[in-house]
Amino acid sequence: MAGASAFHLGGDHAHRFESRAATRETPLVKWLILGLSLTFFVIFLLMPLIAVFVEAFRKGWETYITALVEPDALSAIRLTLLAAVISVPLNLVFGVCAAWAIAKFEFRGKQFLITLIDLPFSVSPVIAGLVFVLLFGAQGWFGSWLSDKDIRIIFAVPGIVLATVFVTFPFIARELIPLMQAQGREEEEAAVVLGARGLQTFWYVTLPNIKWGLMYGVILCNARAMGEFGAVSVVSGHIRGQTNTLPLHVEILYNEYQFAAAFAAASVLAVLALVTLVIKTWVENRAAQSHKDANRDDAS
Amino acid sequence: MSIQVKDIHKQFGSFVALDKVSLEFPTGELVALLGPSGCGKTTLLRIIAGLESADSGQVLLDGEDASGTHVRERQVGFVFQHYALFRHMTVFDNVAFGMRMKPRSQRPSDKQIRTKVHDLLKLVQLDWLADRFPAQLSGGQRQRIALARALAVEPRVMLLDEPFGALDAKVRKELRRWLRNLHDELHITSIFVTHDQEEALEVADREVQMDHGKVEQIGTPEEVYRHPATPFVYSFLGSVNLFHGRIEGETVQVGEDVLSHMPHDFDHGAEVVAFARPHELDIVIDGEAGNGVAARISRILAFGVTARVELDGLNGATGQHFEVEITRARVLELGLAQGQAVRLMPSRLKLFEREVVGGVLQ
Amino acid sequence: MAAAKTFRVLPGFNITLGFTLAYLSLIVLIPLSAVFLKTTELGLDQFWNVVSAPRVVATYKLSFGLSLLAAAINTVFGLMLAWALVRYSFPGKRLVDALVDLPFALPTAVAGIALTALYAKNGWIGQYLDPLGIQVAFKPLGILVALVFIGLPFVVRTVQPILEDLDTELEEAATSLGARRWQIFRHVILPILLPALLTGFALAFARAVGEYGSVIFIAGNIPMVSEITPLMIITKLEQYDYAGATAIATVMLMLSFTLLLVINGLQAWTSKRTGRDR
Repeated sequence: MAGASAFHLGGDHAHRFESRAATRETPLVKWLILGLSLTFFVIFLLMPLIAVFVEAFRKGWETYITALVEPDALSAIRLTLLAAVISVPLNLVFGVCAAWAIAKFEFRGKQFLITLIDLPFSVSPVIAGLVFVLLFGAQGWFGSWLSDKDIRIIFAVPGIVLATVFVTFPFIARELIPLMQAQGREEEEAAVVLGARGLQTFWYVTLPNIKWGLMYGVILCNARAMGEFGAVSVVSGHIRGQTNTLPLHVEILYNEYQFAAAFAAASVLAVLALVTLVIKTWVENRAAQSHKDANRDDAS
Repeated sequence: MSIQVKDIHKQFGSFVALDKVSLEFPTGELVALLGPSGCGKTTLLRIIAGLESADSGQVLLDGEDASGTHVRERQVGFVFQHYALFRHMTVFDNVAFGMRMKPRSQRPSDKQIRTKVHDLLKLVQLDWLADRFPAQLSGGQRQRIALARALAVEPRVMLLDEPFGALDAKVRKELRRWLRNLHDELHITSIFVTHDQEEALEVADREVQMDHGKVEQIGTPEEVYRHPATPFVYSFLGSVNLFHGRIEGETVQVGEDVLSHMPHDFDHGAEVVAFARPHELDIVIDGEAGNGVAARISRILAFGVTARVELDGLNGATGQHFEVEITRARVLELGLAQGQAVRLMPSRLKLFEREVVGGVLQ
Repeated sequence: MAAAKTFRVLPGFNITLGFTLAYLSLIVLIPLSAVFLKTTELGLDQFWNVVSAPRVVATYKLSFGLSLLAAAINTVFGLMLAWALVRYSFPGKRLVDALVDLPFALPTAVAGIALTALYAKNGWIGQYLDPLGIQVAFKPLGILVALVFIGLPFVVRTVQPILEDLDTELEEAATSLGARRWQIFRHVILPILLPALLTGFALAFARAVGEYGSVIFIAGNIPMVSEITPLMIITKLEQYDYAGATAIATVMLMLSFTLLLVINGLQAWTSKRTGRDR
């Protein structure tokens, strides 16, 4: 569902509309729209976010810290990081390759390929987990072969990584494809004419042009990798200290009525989400800035 | 309907877009607001329309203060530079838009609307495009549809913002003539904004020359062209050659050179700028020192009947460039060649006192 | 996917496209095809029995109905929020703009327990609703709240750029032709926004139908009442009924693919309607 996440170079447009007689609403309508939309924002976005932290500290600092340093929590954090550290680079390499092939060359079936890349976005996370159970589970296609070799994928770490790779699959490609398509291939062709070889061209010409989009994709990919719940839940088996990621750890604690501990673990993920949003906003501002600079160069 | 603008002042931050502008546009005339970009002409047009509000001053429509009237009620037709056609509507729906938006009690019937739209499309000679979408039209066609759309609500005034700005040269020429004819047919008081002198000359009854938020000169296009009131107007209206000099009796002293001059009313010793159009300069090959300004030919472009000779100033005018238009025959007759030193003699010279603007002599 | 026979100046076509296709097949296409192949193990009758069992049908009704409703709510309020973000200046605007993406960044499990805490009988919001006889947590209404939360950014983020690109001249032209504000919105702005609004609606709906993490905590998960379709798949899996789980997954996948096609079509329409020229 990338359509909505593809980043755009915003900038403040309010002045343009507020300063013109023909594009202004009457104050009553304006305050009505502002009031309704901000109330909606506060109830549906702001309050859940604040609730996480309030609940986490309800029993005080000590309980909070204890909940985070217990061995099961630490091992969940480790596994969450591991899943992200493996899936983000894999999808990064894929994203760059796919965007290069699609943006810089013409071939038949290109539009179809883009649609296929989008596929994991529209598949329920539960199904994303299910497919790997069907392949590698005890009754799955490779189930008996794997158990002969004593390799565990489902209810083990490899399954969690696979499911994470699946759900985060399109994130980086989805950012890079439109960006590189918009940039065309003139600069790369110029580099080749000047004698640059393939990787040199990519490194010195393409990469500087796409770095903000790339970073944006990586951040979103990472956030989803660390936060994925449904898909991982299906393949994990919920073995404490072994196959629990942080979101799964939250679920277990919550179901055991250890609310403060559950929210403490949740608050770590919420902080992660906030950091993601901060970096994302920063990247958008930088990208808008360099976009503006580039245009100024064009004009002069 | 007549339009009157009184002491209009408009500022964007510290930038003064309009500096106490007062103007009158009599009924039925087609007036051009002429000036370089950023001179305030579009802002003035938008203020008259009610799309922008002035910081102070009044807009009077038929003698009535319209400052408190919303654009919607002003009954002005506005044609935007990029036409602002509604992309998702057909040409027909675009033109019918204004009529369909009227309150139910005043709204014409569907049949009346249909008749009116077709009449207007005939008027702009595009009846056959009624079912097309704007994206399927050429620039010139879009322009005419935009005009038909504005006329559909029977405006008392037509305001056009750079109506030909986005068109290519050939279409622009055609449309100018067409707009003039249309105006002669309808006689609606109209103002259009342009930065192109030729356009004003060809289309307008009168032109208002603006610069830096101020009105520099008002008159028929020919008056303004023949008798520019200020150095700015002179240089805005076409290519110019200018000489910086000092009045010495009947002549203008330019460095070591002298330009003889017709009667003038400057004091002896006054610092002046002398202007001459390219066709108002003649080239003399063996002139004597002290008569005319010395220059060296840097390039001769002789393709058609007229030739353009580009020159670099010598002596008193070193570092300056001049442009002269003479017939090709004359170039051959004089045997002009690149690198040749010659003298420039004006047949007509317009003198302005050198004024101090922002501490710099202009 | 055969390469057209053209002369290529830039290097790396074969290797990048080759890797793209191989990786796509390994991670996405082959695993997904497993679902369809597994389904064929069931006869058509059996398949039909599984996917039309009353308890399963109840989950479709709940999932689809609430997802449609949530997407509709998000369309209305998302448009309003996007409008406010683009057209008005107000204190804290940058913060609001940044936080709109929270549902993309916040793990669904965290959203689930936070919403449950808010809407439980003694929660910040629940305590005011309970005396009115409105129960949210552990009821279908709770599912709706969770689906609104996770779908919120979609409409805002698809509509916002279109609103930003909107030429002020269009509204000025309409005003000078005598149109009132509401008429301009209805006849000029809304038709331009429509494809983007529908895209946002479809994206929010698609996300909501498949959502699991944020819903299960607040849903109550009572069979026939507050059980969503993805949970049904998990339930079957936990009973080792792989074929049954797969059959339901097939139904959902078909819907996903249909939605994907619809969304692609809508996006093409968006760029056609808002593009400067064709």
